[in-house]
Amino acid sequence: MDPIQQAMLKKSHAAKLERRGKLISLFCISLIVVVVLAIFFFVASRGLATFFTNKVNLWRFLSQTTWSPAVKDASGQPQVGALPMIVGSFGVTLLSAVIATPFAVGAAIFMTEIAPNLGKKVLQPVIELLVGIPSVVYGFIGLSVVVPFIRNIFGGTGFGILAGTFVLFVMILPTVTSMTVDALKAVPRHYREASLALGGTRWQTISRVVLRAAMPGILTGIVFGMARAFGEALAVQMVIGNAALLPTNLISPASTLTSVLTSGIGNTVMGSLENNALWSLALLLLLMSLAFNLLIRWIAKKGEIK
Amino acid sequence: MDAKKIDRLATTILYLIAGIIVIILASLLGYILVRGLPHISWHFLTAPSQSFKAGGGIGIQLFNSLYLLVLSMLISVPLALGAGIYLAEYARENKLTEIIRTAIEILSSLPSVVVGLFGFLVFVLQFGFGFSILSGALALTMFNLPLLTRNVEDSLRQVSFDQREAGLALGLSRWETVIHVIIPEALPGIITGMILGAGRVFGEAAALIYTAGQSAPALDFTNWNPLNIASPLNPLRPAETLAVHIWKINSEGIQPDAAAVSAGASAVLILAVLLFNVLARVIGNRIYKKMTAA
Amino acid sequence: MKKLLGFLALCGLLVLTACGSGAGRGESITAVGSSALQPLVEAAAEQYQSENTGVFINVQGGGSGTGLSQIQEGAVQIGNSDLFAEQQAHIDASKLQDHRVAVVGITPIANRNVGVKDLTVVQLRRLFTGEITNWKQVGGNDLPVVVINRTQGSGTRATFERWVLGDRQAKPAQEQDSSGMVRSIVASTPGAVSYVAFSYVDKTVRSLSLAGVQPTDANVTTNAWPIWSYEHMYTKGKATGLTKRFLTYMLSDEVQGELVKAMGYIPISKMTVTRDADGNVQAN
Repeated sequence: MDPIQQAMLKKSHAAKLERRGKLISLFCISLIVVVVLAIFFFVASRGLATFFTNKVNLWRFLSQTTWSPAVKDASGQPQVGALPMIVGSFGVTLLSAVIATPFAVGAAIFMTEIAPNLGKKVLQPVIELLVGIPSVVYGFIGLSVVVPFIRNIFGGTGFGILAGTFVLFVMILPTVTSMTVDALKAVPRHYREASLALGGTRWQTISRVVLRAAMPGILTGIVFGMARAFGEALAVQMVIGNAALLPTNLISPASTLTSVLTSGIGNTVMGSLENNALWSLALLLLLMSLAFNLLIRWIAKKGEIK
Repeated sequence: MDAKKIDRLATTILYLIAGIIVIILASLLGYILVRGLPHISWHFLTAPSQSFKAGGGIGIQLFNSLYLLVLSMLISVPLALGAGIYLAEYARENKLTEIIRTAIEILSSLPSVVVGLFGFLVFVLQFGFGFSILSGALALTMFNLPLLTRNVEDSLRQVSFDQREAGLALGLSRWETVIHVIIPEALPGIITGMILGAGRVFGEAAALIYTAGQSAPALDFTNWNPLNIASPLNPLRPAETLAVHIWKINSEGIQPDAAAVSAGASAVLILAVLLFNVLARVIGNRIYKKMTAA
Repeated sequence: MKKLLGFLALCGLLVLTACGSGAGRGESITAVGSSALQPLVEAAAEQYQSENTGVFINVQGGGSGTGLSQIQEGAVQIGNSDLFAEQQAHIDASKLQDHRVAVVGITPIANRNVGVKDLTVVQLRRLFTGEITNWKQVGGNDLPVVVINRTQGSGTRATFERWVLGDRQAKPAQEQDSSGMVRSIVASTPGAVSYVAFSYVDKTVRSLSLAGVQPTDANVTTNAWPIWSYEHMYTKGKATGLTKRFLTYMLSDEVQGELVKAMGYIPISKMTVTRDADGNVQAN
């Protein structure tokens, strides 16, 4: 074979590199998928044991209001009613999203439309710093500032959904803001130019053109923030009061799935009903974050069609 | 009201919102620093902690936090880079890719205590690493990977398609284009994401309680042989980090000065995160200038 | 790409050194469990290691439940617990050997402004079951009662409920997973009542006496103050080697005489009574 033919038939150096590179990246992604599957399997196997091994009725788990797995009720069934935690988790999540949204969207508009320079120099670093503050520290500030504040204004003990909402509001603000900024930046420039050329004011352009075009992205950001709020544990646990009671108002002690899970898991013996019941809560959390993800995808798809 | 007045009103409100957010952060930082800074001294930063007497420091915890951070970044950054490259450059838009993305995002919203317990059962017990920096670093990797991967993918996607075409037109393979053209261009975004991730890792407590452990045995800072148990570099020694220490003294601490230690440690933690942020900006800009024509 | 490969290689190397170093380690044991007992064992381990070079004792918290499950699995050498293994479901106590290393007294505490210093056991029980909702019903100020519990399954809570509530169930209320949090919440919340180990009582809260009996170490040693429990260090089967030497050290005068007292526990040798898992008390 002559050398030219040989060179043509042999894989080039670049092709080899390409193959190797693709394999490396494929390996990385598979590793991550394996880890996720392992966690999912692990949580599911323990979480489902409550229903299969301990024979707890799924409907009772979701609808009963007494959480005391070690104690059996009059009919001999263990008291594993997760409803108070489910309500608590949704309560803090929805409320904090409701409060955070106007702030986040406002800040994002400020950074992209009103004062990009000031936004980039001041607001951007501020938002990134908020991400970096550890949740332990958020929790202690909540405990030493927010809780007494609520106690003085509204009475009661100060612990409850309202305190949890305040802490979570600050914690999810950066997530929602930075995703909204991305969504606003993705709106093509000629949309704005067209609106301004038609004689629209800046605010008219923002509210009727830019925000509308960026809506799917903003919604995705909000749902993403809610997913974060739903899974946050340490900070919420410190201010919500951890009482497995159906919340009657915003300032009575309540609990969330994560707070009960985090505080109880070390005190239970692996394989016992008490332990399995906590893993069922973890499974519920996992399913919820799956639901949030599907919601994000659905919103993104809706936005695409327009 | 005419449109112009509404416009002015809206602008005012937006300035107000931006102002409120800055004030929230400023008061948070102010509160932590005012309470904590008076307790920070050279002794506090270097002395070992005390389990029941006053006058303990956070020297070992601080070192542990940094070491653990470096180790977990060493493991997670290459993985996230690889995975991000795959998702941004190679993955086809099909059901499988959708499932992979969903899986990664679910991992990111998992409560860290679940990650910690998983790490405890798998790394500490199953793999026999014990309560150690290595177990902690692996748990932190699991906790950090989804965000890093997402960040790498987003940064790569933001690089204009022209750049890829230019690379391919020059006869480079796709992989070479990614390594020599796309990554340098996307580097500032990637580095920002990594340093923000580092901040999160630095402050994480729940995932470490069951993996890196909650005790900080005395270290011999003259012994740099990573195989020795007293050596600071040994990846198999248990290591309580700063965030775990704050959590521990607030929950079960019986030191008379527990409140002061916790306030001081919180301030140090915040300062470290602040430092990461500044570094992220400086390093990101410098590398960007070096690697591109900008 | 070279950098990337380098990174990967480095990671691989790290894992390898890590595995290798496991063998090069001196004699080492791990103790896991009760977070209440952790500070004492940790301090004792530190002293022991400074006196005996080449040994390594790894002390971790994680909760009594974790301690008992891990010692049952044989994953660790010592499982620390605030409770008798017999009191935990899913634990086969016959396979474990109990080493009682200290006694801890538990006292009810209340916010400083409730206006009450002494209660009867019945009054205390009614506070926690929710039958008494205002402090004036027990002769205090006109303040609503705010009950703060420890997390279900906590050793402190189990002990308190056993000796105060008997077989009654506490009403669902706020739960906190650590003594430090309980103390700071009781200190700052008007009308709050809870319970902590003696060592956590400080000026910010008020401890309550029971029918005139003060919560003191002396009253615990005679069982006049009934709310106390042992701190257990369980081993799977008989302790051997370093585990055995360390447990002996835990019971030596060096630990019992100094550390145990300094950390607010009561030395096991001071007790004039013994109590078994079923609560039967015997004079020594």
